[in-house]
Amino acid sequence: MATKSLARQRAMGQTFIYGVLALLALYYLTPLWVMITTSLKPLDEIYGGSFIGLPQTVTFEAWSKAWSGACIGTECTGLKPYFINSILMVVPAVLLSTGLGALNGYVLTKWRFRGANLVFGMMLFGCFLPYQAVILPMAQVLGKLGLSGTIPGLILVHTLYGICFTSLFFRNYFITIPDELTKAAQIDGAGFFRIFFSIMLPAALPIIVVSCIWQFTQVWNDFLFGVSFTSGSDSPITVALNNIVNVTTGRKQYNVDMASAMIAAIPTLLVYVTAGRYFVRGLTAGAVKG
Amino acid sequence: MATLDINRVRKSYGSMEVLKEVNISIEDGEFLVLLGPSGCGKSTLLNIIAGLEDITGGDVLIGNRVVNDLPPKDRDIAMVFQSYALYPTMTVRQNIEFGMKIRGISAEERAKATKAAAEMLQMTGLLDRKPSQLSGGQRQRVAMGRAIVRHPELFLFDEPLSNLDAKLRVDMRTEIKRLHQRLGATIVYVTHDQIEAMTLATKVAVMKDGIVQHFGTPQEVYDRPANTYVARFVGSPAMNILRGRLVASDGPVTVAFETSDGEALVSGVPLSPESAARFRDREVLVGIRPEHFTMDTAGAVPLTVDMVEPTGPDTLVVFSAGGADVVARLDPLAISVGTKARFGVKAEKIVLFDPETETRLD
Repeated sequence: MATKSLARQRAMGQTFIYGVLALLALYYLTPLWVMITTSLKPLDEIYGGSFIGLPQTVTFEAWSKAWSGACIGTECTGLKPYFINSILMVVPAVLLSTGLGALNGYVLTKWRFRGANLVFGMMLFGCFLPYQAVILPMAQVLGKLGLSGTIPGLILVHTLYGICFTSLFFRNYFITIPDELTKAAQIDGAGFFRIFFSIMLPAALPIIVVSCIWQFTQVWNDFLFGVSFTSGSDSPITVALNNIVNVTTGRKQYNVDMASAMIAAIPTLLVYVTAGRYFVRGLTAGAVKG
Repeated sequence: MATLDINRVRKSYGSMEVLKEVNISIEDGEFLVLLGPSGCGKSTLLNIIAGLEDITGGDVLIGNRVVNDLPPKDRDIAMVFQSYALYPTMTVRQNIEFGMKIRGISAEERAKATKAAAEMLQMTGLLDRKPSQLSGGQRQRVAMGRAIVRHPELFLFDEPLSNLDAKLRVDMRTEIKRLHQRLGATIVYVTHDQIEAMTLATKVAVMKDGIVQHFGTPQEVYDRPANTYVARFVGSPAMNILRGRLVASDGPVTVAFETSDGEALVSGVPLSPESAARFRDREVLVGIRPEHFTMDTAGAVPLTVDMVEPTGPDTLVVFSAGGADVVARLDPLAISVGTKARFGVKAEKIVLFDPETETRLD
């Protein structure tokens, strides 16, 4: 009797837990659901009152309009050129910040110098610096460099800002790699860069993935730097998305807005789906390594 | 192969002196063991020889060439590390060939050298594996293979066996000794294990606090330790060191020390006439190795047995003398705790120390 009621209690507990989890999952998925369904509906149907339900007629018109026809200001080019802008910005920014972060982490752990900890501390400080604090001085610097309002300017900003984080990642990863490895390589005759490229980087694959995902997400999703340092046709997609959504004449085109937002979000989603397991693996790699 | 000379080498980090005037010289083909507890500076000294640490003062000569300012790769050395330090993303073959590749040796020659080393270390079947797929002993072999293909003037080993389990450690010890004999290489080997030092070395440098306490052959270090520190560090169980008194005598002297059962008077202890005159009727420290006690019912040492520890080949008998535990290593015998007995001592093996400086008296 007693065991039976215990088993029943446990079953009820489990049902409760899974029920709550399912509800929460639904709650979190609702916006995505609304976005996807709305983006597939014709505008009339949306204004007809159905916001949550399945589309009665499925159309990709809003997607194609968002991609190549929606008006941003006076230009009706859709998101396409801005998507390309973002790609042109995010790829170099991710590669540069990851590469420099790896080099920093390598120097900070394997070629320690007097004051290395202080330098590392100051880099960490950069992680906590709010974006807003650097906007004005950054604008001045970009102006002096002649990079105001350009994509290379944005690449520079994102690289600089990202180095703090990527250096932290790589420093904490490389510190788990025994120093004897560098010593052995030195005795084998390898120099600074040979050790870096032949030994440290291949061993750092998990953290390279982490750094790339992190930087990709940060740079792709950034709005503040984009809106502050670029304008017009040089804007990244986040800024263009804002302009599409906030600047409309006539009826608000919810389906185009939703499709645009989805287009802007797809790259980061893709990155997480394809490399997500490396992300988790990379974050825990330091802990598992003996 | 080459000689190694360490002349007045000093090393300090800021105000902390890690090495204080170290002098060591070994001949071509010798096996030098740097022996000491952790923090004694032995690994620092090895790193200085390797060129991985800067030297604060003095000279290091490999094959009569001062190498103080040469980077590690130009010193013609190879090193085996405690953690093996195998490159984790490379296969065994790539690990072994890495150094040769950097030195621009042709692929053909590399393959030949790798094959030879792999055969010598019986790891031909492992060449295409990654280090993570190897056991501790196999990794150790790979690390040695990486060193061998270099054909260095000097091999450096930094506690290479301390990560292995007891059985494997003994096997690899034999292997390293065999390697030394086969290659005729000059080797510097760091360890805190005195058995490794005794079994492998042709010369031992016992270190403590950045100072070489005793430099000599293992047998010298064992038989005539330079001071009480060396006497206690080398040998297991350690040398017994008792407070005693030098009884007046010419030639071989007589020493006296108290045991729980009265005074022991041991005659025939070797001592120079000068020291004998200087310490006549004064206190000395009497060093007796456990195995230098003998079964002798008419022996000089009266005692009561406190404890008996049979080890198989011999039996350790513990008794008390002058307030300290004394261990005697005797042939297996049936003796029970509390028994009153007399043991003899091989007087000619006794070593005396100055009670103040704790250095050996000649």
